[in-house]
Amino acid sequence: MIDIKEWDWETPEKKIVLSDWTEKFRWVEEPSVSPDGEKIAAIVKLDEGEFNVCVNGQTWENPFEKIWYLRFSPDGRLTAIVSEMGEWTLAVDGIPWEEKFAYIWNTLFSPDGKNIAVAVQNDMQYCMALNGIPWEETYANMTHFALGPDGTKTAASVQVEKTSEGEIHKFQEGTFTAALDGKAWDTRFVNVWNMAISPDGTKLAAEVRLNLYDYTIAVNGEAWKNTFGCVWEPVFNPQNNAVVAPVRVAGKWSLAEDGNIIWDRAFFQLWHQMFSPDGKRLVAIVAPKFGEWTIAVDGKPWRRTFDEFVTDVVFSPDGNRIAALAKEKGKWKITVNGSVWTNTFDMTWKPVFSPDGKNVAAKVDRNGKYTIIMNDRLWRQECDELWDPVFSPDGQKVLVRTIEDGTYCRRIIPTAELTG
Amino acid sequence: MGEPAEINEIKDKGLEIGAERLTEDKIEKTINSVLKGETGARLKAYVDTCIHCGLCSEACHYYLSRDNDPHFSPVGKVKQTIWEMLKKKGKVSPEFIKKASEIASTECNLCRRCAMYCPFGIDIAYMMLIVRRICHMLGVTPLYIQDTAHSHSVTMNQMWVKGDEWPDTLQWQEEEAQAEIPTLRIPLEKEGADVMYSVIGPEPKFQAQLIYQAAVIMNVAGIDWTMPASSGWDNSDMAMYTGDNEIMGRVKRAHFETAARLKVKKIVMGECGHAFRSVYDVGNRWLGWRIPPVEVVHAIEFYHDILKEGRIKISKKFETPVTLHDPCNIVRGRGLHEMSRYVTREMCEELIEMHPNREHNYCCCAGGGVINCGPPYKNKRIMSNRVKAEQLFAAKAKGAKVLIAPCHNCHSGLEDINHHYGLGLEIKFLMDILYEVMDKPE
Ligand code: SF4
Ligand code: SF4
Repeated sequence: MIDIKEWDWETPEKKIVLSDWTEKFRWVEEPSVSPDGEKIAAIVKLDEGEFNVCVNGQTWENPFEKIWYLRFSPDGRLTAIVSEMGEWTLAVDGIPWEEKFAYIWNTLFSPDGKNIAVAVQNDMQYCMALNGIPWEETYANMTHFALGPDGTKTAASVQVEKTSEGEIHKFQEGTFTAALDGKAWDTRFVNVWNMAISPDGTKLAAEVRLNLYDYTIAVNGEAWKNTFGCVWEPVFNPQNNAVVAPVRVAGKWSLAEDGNIIWDRAFFQLWHQMFSPDGKRLVAIVAPKFGEWTIAVDGKPWRRTFDEFVTDVVFSPDGNRIAALAKEKGKWKITVNGSVWTNTFDMTWKPVFSPDGKNVAAKVDRNGKYTIIMNDRLWRQECDELWDPVFSPDGQKVLVRTIEDGTYCRRIIPTAELTG
Repeated sequence: MGEPAEINEIKDKGLEIGAERLTEDKIEKTINSVLKGETGARLKAYVDTCIHCGLCSEACHYYLSRDNDPHFSPVGKVKQTIWEMLKKKGKVSPEFIKKASEIASTECNLCRRCAMYCPFGIDIAYMMLIVRRICHMLGVTPLYIQDTAHSHSVTMNQMWVKGDEWPDTLQWQEEEAQAEIPTLRIPLEKEGADVMYSVIGPEPKFQAQLIYQAAVIMNVAGIDWTMPASSGWDNSDMAMYTGDNEIMGRVKRAHFETAARLKVKKIVMGECGHAFRSVYDVGNRWLGWRIPPVEVVHAIEFYHDILKEGRIKISKKFETPVTLHDPCNIVRGRGLHEMSRYVTREMCEELIEMHPNREHNYCCCAGGGVINCGPPYKNKRIMSNRVKAEQLFAAKAKGAKVLIAPCHNCHSGLEDINHHYGLGLEIKFLMDILYEVMDKPE
């Protein structure tokens, strides 16, 4: 488990000078920062065909021929996709997995960071690998990868019947299905797309297309008895393991649970449905009308709508407040429970709630400089780079990770200083 | 009306097998459900307004190239398809559907030139798209483009490019380009970059040098850019042209949500016309976005901006005289014709206009998904654009040696015309010339 109580919430400022990295290496790629802010890392080029990862000024013990997709796991381990002798694998804190593959991509982390999955290609056959262990079964093609909420199960859409290009009628009979931990369902579909694994790991639900125009959700291989004009990705109801997905009926979108419509109104668009942490409330991004976007809570849309975009919805830990990003007339805004902050930005990142839900903060970009906004009040500092703010467990402090003038800075700032 | 010989010879399993499986009952139900559920006042207004005057005929390159054969006039195509369906209230035969699909998919480029010549602005392309939609719902679509729509449905790209093949290709192009500019990068998955560069499926598959050239231009121009390593990288969309609106929407959603995930401020697209139509006009609207949720910039606008801002310097202008084709989707669809002329003049010594040009230009006859219907229709496509060949001959007679076609479909379609009619022009993208004449680090 990630215990953020253990992080250093006292030292006001820790700095790491980065400017000498560019002198030391041929090039330094865009850096990543650990969740606790203690480490800053970047892929660096040493020589032709020789790369390494530099962490707080120290490189990993062994270089690789090529390195990409440098990402910290939520538990603070540093991962990268690396190649040696033409084979690829994942390196975790510099140690490559024992298993090597022809290619890997799409690293996925469980929320606690303990489990790491990747998509694998070997001999032009495809599978997932979890913590370095590939599925026993491999498939001719694989798309739409998923890692279960506890990180112990992986799933993907897999092709079980090979088709050659141009075999449209064979394709339309169904050559795809979903596989959970490598085991494919018996049922075949024309298409299988985004999928979700239930919290208890017993169910896999996926968007499917039955022919050229009938869409529905399949759960453990069994399609809902109702079909729809289109569907979007399913989620599990954490309270009862039921499956909830957006469905299109007569040209309008609504939400269905286990195949039955549960919201009493329909929308021009509806997607990204999510349950509150306690599972009691259900929200979705909706367009009540063409070109008007907002959030619907239990089927009821906020009155305030936005003309361009609504994205990155987040619940407060107690489920009482909802924050999201919205774009209007070319400017990004932050909305909390349907009211809109006055500051606007060139870009905004997903808002973050304090543990008590009272404060909302986000990384924002204005004129190419990054800063933090909390409760519609801007932090005085403008930075060259910045990562999402993190609240301390008691909500009194905020961890702020920045790069200013070639120096990485880990700051602990009292929340009160940011709220003013 | 007699039919040109080659049309009767065309065998297309997508149409044949699809039509064999139809019943009259299914046809009637499907036509009426599409007409009732998916078309509104617009179709009715068009049908009620058209006075059959035939003024649109002179606008259509098919009609002109086919010696004014009324089968190929815009209104003739409507008469043979949607009007008949409306008149018979959906009671038409499988054979009729097969023919209607062939007409709508391979005898109209949805180029919208005719709409400019109709006194009422009737949009024949819209009606041809409804026919394609009905044929899609009936499973009667030409095989090649149907296969492409299936590729979109599985991979979210046009060419069955698999999940690993995409980042692998970018990494390989990056290495190649480093031989020229050692510090060059194709930054994958760089969150917060200003620009996401998106391309169409054939680029990684057959024209990887275009990605290479784009990387050089981005690097020299000092653009903070990225490309996704996930699906959603392809901006193209043949599902839009088969009437498979749901797959179109899914593919466009993947594209925009990929850009949103990467937190880029804009998407810069390569030189493609139909993809622009899908991203900027049709696909986004089907999803409910009146304007694209992430700003979309076509390559022509992008080159225009970086040249104007002096981010790219021209070391020596391209000397061979060029002529410039105006792709329908970005000229009639978006008005980029003056920008493409600015870019051309900045890069080239001499631009020889072809006539008619700008929004009046003749279509390449490849667009609207027609070239994507594949080899069975190649001959018909070439025969149906004699006027384009004549237009190009005239430009050549004035000295043009290079034809700039800033759109993938136009490029391929014009290549066929160039070859068949023996034009002897060299066809280039704007990017090919820009890459050639720009200042690059030693
Ligand atoms: S090809 Fe163009 S001009 Fe001809 S009917 Fe179609 S849209 Fe009209
Ligand atoms: S010009 Fe307009 S009104 Fe005349 S036939 Fe064509 S579509 Fe009909």
